[in-house]
Amino acid sequence: MSTSFLTVMTILGGGMLFAAAALTLVRVARGPTILDRVVAIDVLIAVLVCALGLEAAVNQHDTTLPILVSLSLVGFVGAVSVARFVSRDRDDDEGVRA
Amino acid sequence: MNWVMIADVAGMTFLVAGAFLSLTAAIGLLRFPDLLSRMHAGTKPQVLGVLLTLIGVALRLRFGQDVPVLILVGLLQMLTLPVAAHMVARAAYRAGQAAACDLVVDEVGAEEAG
Repeated sequence: MSTSFLTVMTILGGGMLFAAAALTLVRVARGPTILDRVVAIDVLIAVLVCALGLEAAVNQHDTTLPILVSLSLVGFVGAVSVARFVSRDRDDDEGVRA
Repeated sequence: MNWVMIADVAGMTFLVAGAFLSLTAAIGLLRFPDLLSRMHAGTKPQVLGVLLTLIGVALRLRFGQDVPVLILVGLLQMLTLPVAAHMVARAAYRAGQAAACDLVVDEVGAEEAG
C-alpha cells in the first residue's frame, strides 16, 4: 500500500478519535449527574478500543489485542456499579431485587 | 493492484469509518439535552464503531490467529453493553431523571402503576 494513503488515513482516523475523546471528556467534566458521566466514560472506553485497534492496524502488530479483550470484558462493570449505587433509593429488599 | 493492497485500503477505510462514528457520538453526547438521548448517541460507537474497527484491524493484520481474538472482542462487547445500558437507564428512571426527558410512551411507569 502506498505510504501516503496510509499516512492520510492514520491522521484522519487519529484526529477524529482525538476529537471524540476530548469532547467526551468535556461531557465527563460537565456532568450534570453521575449517570451522564458514566455514560460518557463508557463512550470513552469505546473510543479507547477504536484507538488501540487503529494503532495495532497501522503498525501491523497484535500486541495490544489482549487489552481489547479485557476492555470489552470489564468495561461495563463501572457503569453497572454506579447504576446500582444510584438506584438504592428504596429499602434494602427492593435494592436486592433490583 | 493485488489482494493485499485491496485489503489494506478496505481495512483503513473501515477504521476511519469507526473513528467517524466515535466523533459523531461524542458530538451527540455533548449536544443532546437529556440522559436517555445521550445514551442513544453513545451506543453507536460502542457497537457499530467498535465492530467496524475490529473488521478494519482484521483486514489489515490478516494473521489467522488474530481473527478469533477480534471476534471474541466483538462478541464480549455486544454481550456486556446491553447489561450496562439497561442498568443505567433503569437507575435513571428510578431516580426520576427520565421524567425530565421527552418520553412519548412510558411503559415502565404504566407497568409499575397497574
